[in-house]
Amino acid sequence: MVTQIHPLIKPANDLTREPLLRVEDLKAYFFMDEGIVRAVDGVSFDVMPGKVVGIVGESGCGKSVTMKAILQILEAGAKIVNGKVTLRSRIHHGDPNSAEELIELTHLHPNSRQMRRIRGAEIALIPQEPMAAFSPVHTVGNQIMETILLHQDVSKKEARQIAIDVFRAVGISMPEQRIDSYSWQLSGGLRQRAIIAMALSCNPRLLIADEPTTAIDVTTQAQILKLLRKLQEERQTSIIFITHDLGVIAQMADEVVVMYLGMVMEKGSAMKIFKDAQHPYTQALLRSIPSVQSHPRVKLPTIAGSIAHPFNRPKGCPFHPRCTHFMRGVCDASQPHLVEVDEDHFVSCFLYSEADGTKKMTKTGAALAKEESL
Amino acid sequence: MSDGMQPLEPKAGAATKSPLLEVRHLKKYFPIYKGVLRKLVNQVRAVDDVSLFVREGETLGLVGESGCGKTTVSRCILRAIDPTSGEILFREADGRVTDLAALDRREMRRFRPQMQMIFQDPFGSLNPRMTIFEIVSEPLYVNGMRSKTEREDHVAELLRLVGLRTEYMARYPHAFSGGQRQRIGIARALALNPRLVVADEPVSALDVSVQAQVLNLMLDLQQKLNLTYLFVAHDLSVVKHISDRVCVMYVGKLVEMATTEELFQAPRHPYTAALMMAVPRPDPSSRDIIQDLPGEVASPANPPSGCYFHPRCQFATEVCRTQTPELREITPDHFVSCHRAEELHLAGIKVNQETQI
Amino acid sequence: MMDSIEPKTLQPEGAAPLEKADPAIYPPDEAVAAPTEIFEEPLVTTQEEERISIASNWTLVWWRFRKNVLAVISTVILLFLAIVVFIPDFFATMDPEETNARLAFIPVQRIHWLDEGQLKPWVPSVVGKRDPVTLAMKWTTDEAQKTYIRFFGTSWSYSVLGIFDSNIHLVSAAKADQADDDLAAQIFLLGTDRLGRDQWSRLAFATQISMTIGMISVIVSVVLGLLLGGISGYFGGWIDNIIQRLIELLQSLPTIPIWLALTAALPRTWSPEKVFFAITIILALRGWTTLGREVRGRFLSLREEDFVLAAELGGASQARIIVKHMIPTFTSHIIATSTLAIPVMIVTETSLSFLGLGMRPPAISWGVMLQEAQNIQTLALAPWLLTPGLIVIVAVLAFNLVGDGLRDAADPYSH
Repeated sequence: MVTQIHPLIKPANDLTREPLLRVEDLKAYFFMDEGIVRAVDGVSFDVMPGKVVGIVGESGCGKSVTMKAILQILEAGAKIVNGKVTLRSRIHHGDPNSAEELIELTHLHPNSRQMRRIRGAEIALIPQEPMAAFSPVHTVGNQIMETILLHQDVSKKEARQIAIDVFRAVGISMPEQRIDSYSWQLSGGLRQRAIIAMALSCNPRLLIADEPTTAIDVTTQAQILKLLRKLQEERQTSIIFITHDLGVIAQMADEVVVMYLGMVMEKGSAMKIFKDAQHPYTQALLRSIPSVQSHPRVKLPTIAGSIAHPFNRPKGCPFHPRCTHFMRGVCDASQPHLVEVDEDHFVSCFLYSEADGTKKMTKTGAALAKEESL
Repeated sequence: MSDGMQPLEPKAGAATKSPLLEVRHLKKYFPIYKGVLRKLVNQVRAVDDVSLFVREGETLGLVGESGCGKTTVSRCILRAIDPTSGEILFREADGRVTDLAALDRREMRRFRPQMQMIFQDPFGSLNPRMTIFEIVSEPLYVNGMRSKTEREDHVAELLRLVGLRTEYMARYPHAFSGGQRQRIGIARALALNPRLVVADEPVSALDVSVQAQVLNLMLDLQQKLNLTYLFVAHDLSVVKHISDRVCVMYVGKLVEMATTEELFQAPRHPYTAALMMAVPRPDPSSRDIIQDLPGEVASPANPPSGCYFHPRCQFATEVCRTQTPELREITPDHFVSCHRAEELHLAGIKVNQETQI
Repeated sequence: MMDSIEPKTLQPEGAAPLEKADPAIYPPDEAVAAPTEIFEEPLVTTQEEERISIASNWTLVWWRFRKNVLAVISTVILLFLAIVVFIPDFFATMDPEETNARLAFIPVQRIHWLDEGQLKPWVPSVVGKRDPVTLAMKWTTDEAQKTYIRFFGTSWSYSVLGIFDSNIHLVSAAKADQADDDLAAQIFLLGTDRLGRDQWSRLAFATQISMTIGMISVIVSVVLGLLLGGISGYFGGWIDNIIQRLIELLQSLPTIPIWLALTAALPRTWSPEKVFFAITIILALRGWTTLGREVRGRFLSLREEDFVLAAELGGASQARIIVKHMIPTFTSHIIATSTLAIPVMIVTETSLSFLGLGMRPPAISWGVMLQEAQNIQTLALAPWLLTPGLIVIVAVLAFNLVGDGLRDAADPYSH
């Protein structure tokens, strides 16, 4: 096990321009009897301090596997086969003023002491299913205190106080009483808040929220999103927000990574993605979702076909069988790479020149005809 | 039971078509037993006095958060579960009106072909041990179409209708994606030429990029076959997209029913307004608009007094705490159950012209 | 952006692929006169995919089962045992009940396959000498005296499943037709017991009895379990309550004393056939309870399945729903569970018979045979008397492995 540690000697104010977490060309595959599933196939993105990165995609796009690969909690049979995940980690976990070092998480053993300390103290996870995240036989407070005691050098009494404080911070009323309740005694919204409290209890600088509002209702979802935004602004926590819901992403993310079948299709600021999407997939996806702001009973433009099974991902660009801009011999021949089409706006599509990111006019007749007809 | 359908009929103008279905004072209570002697300790008021009507050829959206009773209403209408009380009046093609709630299982079978269902789960709703032909043709067979070639022709036609290849007939469900399975489920629902189709969250289990396909298909089929839809969903944007009129439910009660445009642009019930404001919109510049609704959904086993929404309502007054509001028509075709409906001016959602151009 | 914006009016084209003309990958669509536009991805099915698409549930179960090497090997073993069950005479080398005090405790004769470089199997003859002090027979093998083995030779005639008669036997001594007492004319592949009965032949008949008891009692359990569990799960209410209490009562009874009491109560005068059936019933009486519970649980969960509701809404009758939708769904599970129940029955029967409470001599079962190996002295003198125990282990293991394999394969839709 090789751990590369580069002490960071940089003035503090400059640090905000350095990514807190950098994911470079990450590949995580599932090795199964039936074959290899390339669940994550070359994903790169940066998480800047105090920013929210939204990873959005449909089923099989690899967004959850990316999260698990970062935390090194992949299930048996899955392996990181390539790529680097670099975290700017505090040497003294839990101490906000501690000096920093760069740690390559991919070089750490998943069960190593260091990796375990990073999980929870540096990177905390807000899981999708709040019911499953808490054990039903221990009080919520005890489980949070356990996490605190694991990562911080405090007494039991202090840990309890910290737990009560985070409960209050996430907007749970009567935290002194609620802390002694069991997870099944809490309502869905409170349980989700308790999970967030647990994630925040060790003052992590990076939160990974894996579909945190999918299992809850829309009015509660609005509460949770608002809470996450508030906490993020107050504490300057970075968040990786994973969801399939474009609405939630638009509300939460500063930067957006759009994934499809294990690959990044497009990434850029939320404004760029939602107002000026460049990839045919992003464009089609945004057009095809019904919105509360649209006219009722109007037919939506759709994306043809369905998502390929990850076992037989199409060759070349994974989206090509469903793409209206499909160019035979190009899109189905090789994989496109991310090119910068605008400042900090990347697209992985053959419509854009690899050299300078300008849109190529090498379109097929049909695609051109379609454009003209509009 | 066949003396017309006055109570909920809108007063003037708005009604262009007669109702196909009218539900009156529908209640479904689930008992909670406790102890060895199974003593009745409480009841879950899953559906608590709901009245609504569906006009022929329209789509009525039924929207609400989990536990509001929308699914129970739809299953009571289909008599998949037996209502505790209330009337379910169904108008047949010849104009006869029957109260389905009063029928027993045997009598109900005569009405089955006229009302069919599209399910939420595209995986659980198709028997994995049957081929597509067997699945789609089963309703035909049990309703008397015994000739296999006749059934094959019919199934082929149905598959084409929902945009599937007829070659797929010999395949088993495991060969299909979620969206394709949902089409198969729709083909089965249409096999008997139903007049009412109850769709229970038909797109919520599908991927975003596939949802629009199924919604468009449903719109298409409605036009072609003059179908009437009762569309149950939790997603306001999906409901808005497909419905002519929308009902909003909260803790077993119907709080508002109006045409889609009116409901979204000028909601009259504070819950409807709050629900719309809580929907995250796929537009980063709308972040300040989205508002949350404080508090939690009340338990249908232990609802609050008066208006069930009053503990979360910023407009609640004394009367809201003590008296349960009745559903009433405040403007033609706009029904609200709120004491203060007339005096409140609630913000709705404007149709965003910019994103549509 | 020009092409990121769509008109708000009807968009009937959707985003149907415009670029699919290559017939090799994308066969043309004209075959489908589609009233609704086809949003399907083109038929890019390979033969393999097509094969999977039209594979029925049982095919999928089989594909998964055959991947399990241990289960497949066990299936072969069980098939072999099944043949023994149907025609034990074919395997036997002599009458299993024939006693001969002079031939007691003959040890196992090892088969030699080659004779002078040629494939000609033989066994060394046994030579007996009485120990002048203890008067016990001392058997030695004489490698010089070869008894050749004959395959598919003819001997006594037996009935095959009552359909036709045969006198062909798998193995016999080459000179079997000669005088009975001639040791050279007999082979004892697994030695003999205290009464000089041939272990090999007895084992063939014991296999028949023991396996049949296991199978029949499981079949009876399955019938009872399906019937009572099905009634319980489908109808619910008071009848469900009664059946559940009955199951609880039966399961709360301590098994061994009950079996002991019941089998001990069987009249000594009963014929082996009667005892045989009595024992299968006794075993099945408790065996069905587990299965009954499982069937009930399946019925309860299946009642909630969407496809069952869909069938009901389509107008299907209760009977059709049960027969067409519910039973096929759990058949594979029931088969797996029953396969796992057979070894339990076999072990129980063996234990009872071993204790002298199950099958009784002259009936032959694995347990009855093991009775012969009850004391340490016999074990030291004649360890080959333990071979029935070996067969029990093999059979039980095989059933368990096949059952496990079936259970894993039974739900091909689990992923």
